[in-house]
Amino acid sequence: MPSVMIRKNKQGQLTLYVAKRDLEENIVSIEHDTEETWGGEVTLADGSSYYLEPMATPKLPITLRAKRMAGAG
Amino acid sequence: MSEMSRDEVEALISEVLEVYPEKAKKNREKHLSPNDTSLEQSKKCITSNKKSLPGMMTIRGCAYAGSKGVVWGPVKDMIHISHGPVGCGQYSRAGRRNYYIGTTGINAFVTMNFTSDFQEKDIVFGGDKKLSKLIDEIETLFPLNKGITVQSECPIGLIGDDIEAVAKNKQKEHGKTVVPVRCEGFRGVSQSLGHHIANDAVRDWVLSARDDDDTFEKTDYDVAIIGDYNIGGDAWSSRILLEEMGLRVVAQWSGDGTLSEMELTPKVKLNLVHCYRSMNYISRHMEEKYGIPWMEYNFFGPTKTIESLREIAAQFDESIQAKCEEVIAKYQPEWQSVVDRFRPRLEGKRVMLYVGGLRPRHVIGAYEDLGMEVVGTGYEFGHNDDYDRTLKEMGNATLLYDDITGYEFEVFVKKVKPDLIGSGIKEKYIFQKMGIPFRQMHSWDYSGPYHGFDGFAIFARDMDMTLNNPCWNKLAAPWKKTEQVDEDIAATA
Repeated sequence: MPSVMIRKNKQGQLTLYVAKRDLEENIVSIEHDTEETWGGEVTLADGSSYYLEPMATPKLPITLRAKRMAGAG
Repeated sequence: MSEMSRDEVEALISEVLEVYPEKAKKNREKHLSPNDTSLEQSKKCITSNKKSLPGMMTIRGCAYAGSKGVVWGPVKDMIHISHGPVGCGQYSRAGRRNYYIGTTGINAFVTMNFTSDFQEKDIVFGGDKKLSKLIDEIETLFPLNKGITVQSECPIGLIGDDIEAVAKNKQKEHGKTVVPVRCEGFRGVSQSLGHHIANDAVRDWVLSARDDDDTFEKTDYDVAIIGDYNIGGDAWSSRILLEEMGLRVVAQWSGDGTLSEMELTPKVKLNLVHCYRSMNYISRHMEEKYGIPWMEYNFFGPTKTIESLREIAAQFDESIQAKCEEVIAKYQPEWQSVVDRFRPRLEGKRVMLYVGGLRPRHVIGAYEDLGMEVVGTGYEFGHNDDYDRTLKEMGNATLLYDDITGYEFEVFVKKVKPDLIGSGIKEKYIFQKMGIPFRQMHSWDYSGPYHGFDGFAIFARDMDMTLNNPCWNKLAAPWKKTEQVDEDIAATA
């Protein structure tokens, strides 16, 4: 359960940042992206994916606990 | 020979790796690579931020160096205690040339060394009592200090002293900020973790001090300079440009900075990050907690400075943008005359860099403005994101090296034959004795500032002074000299 920070970069893309793992990667897909629910499975540009507990759309940037899924070693 | 092809560079790398035992070779080859400008991500070609191999002559520092030496040290009105044996603080004292205004020993303490001077008995019985006493003594002798930080050296972590408890007690007793920093040297792989720990200490012990206090009068043009350590006056030559543009610089982190500036930083509108490596953590934190956006900028060399000034101005309204253009126009003749004078003397010279933090990529623009080419660059303690940012700055198939060892660096230099090397003091005399001009690029070889337009003039002069120094033709003994045509570079002086 790494602590990850989700923010928007200069180009307005969502990025996921894990300080401890030295990882900053664009998010290519996010399972839920509506006003009420946001989160779920997110896939990064490098193919790995993380699971964020769905919630109401938060104010970015935000630090969350995420679960590692496929490819996120 | 500037056009080394990719294959040639790869051959060179494998030649260098030849001498290593199998295991070391496998490890090291991941850290050396020809640059590939087509890549977006550096991790496809280079590995970084990994533990150095024992036995290799690495040039890295430790976490204490990252925290005391880099991030906390320059905060001038706080006293930074090197908690532990005397050497760590004494041998690094005042080495980084973080300039500041103030009276040393009265209200500024940067170049002084405060240490708890651990002895055997402190290791055996613990050093907390000594630390308490030391803090009391500081309060008596230096009453104008604004706060104290406790910078742990290795033994503190090993014996498990509770410096946080001491800090909390003393904070209550004296009513001043006392920050315990757990930056024991053995933590992490290099000074980089020290930066992170120091950033976290700022976050936990300093940053929120004035959250409920609205007495500070804000303007729409408040900015903070983050990650400029005022080496040789760098932050000052950056600051005047921002102020001329109409921005108000509320805080300098941490060169010539103060505790109160740090506490006021959450009130600014924009954080300007120069050294991304050492201060991105706190910028990200401020973005999340206070909603302050941050942007990186580069004040080395006129091209990059102008680019950055425009980028910064674009974050504000039109009045700032107009003034930004005025500033650019005002300094144009100044830097143009520098380029006109030095470019003919430096054109086409090739440079190899090996430094830390932001310089391996940031100074490339300044060299290019002088017509020079950077043919190899590398970071002591960079991470992936640093190399990501470097790929596009460097030419294709130029050398990239991470945490290079003394041996590798020497062989690369012998083969690539650069005209100038920019690295640290430990490398300086090896290369000078090899007959290659060298600049110590950690603290600008006792010169500076190099930031901004004013700094560029000094940068250009220094490079010329080193490269075209007549001593380089005098290295061979007169009777060993083959017939040689002296360059009539002096004629252009």
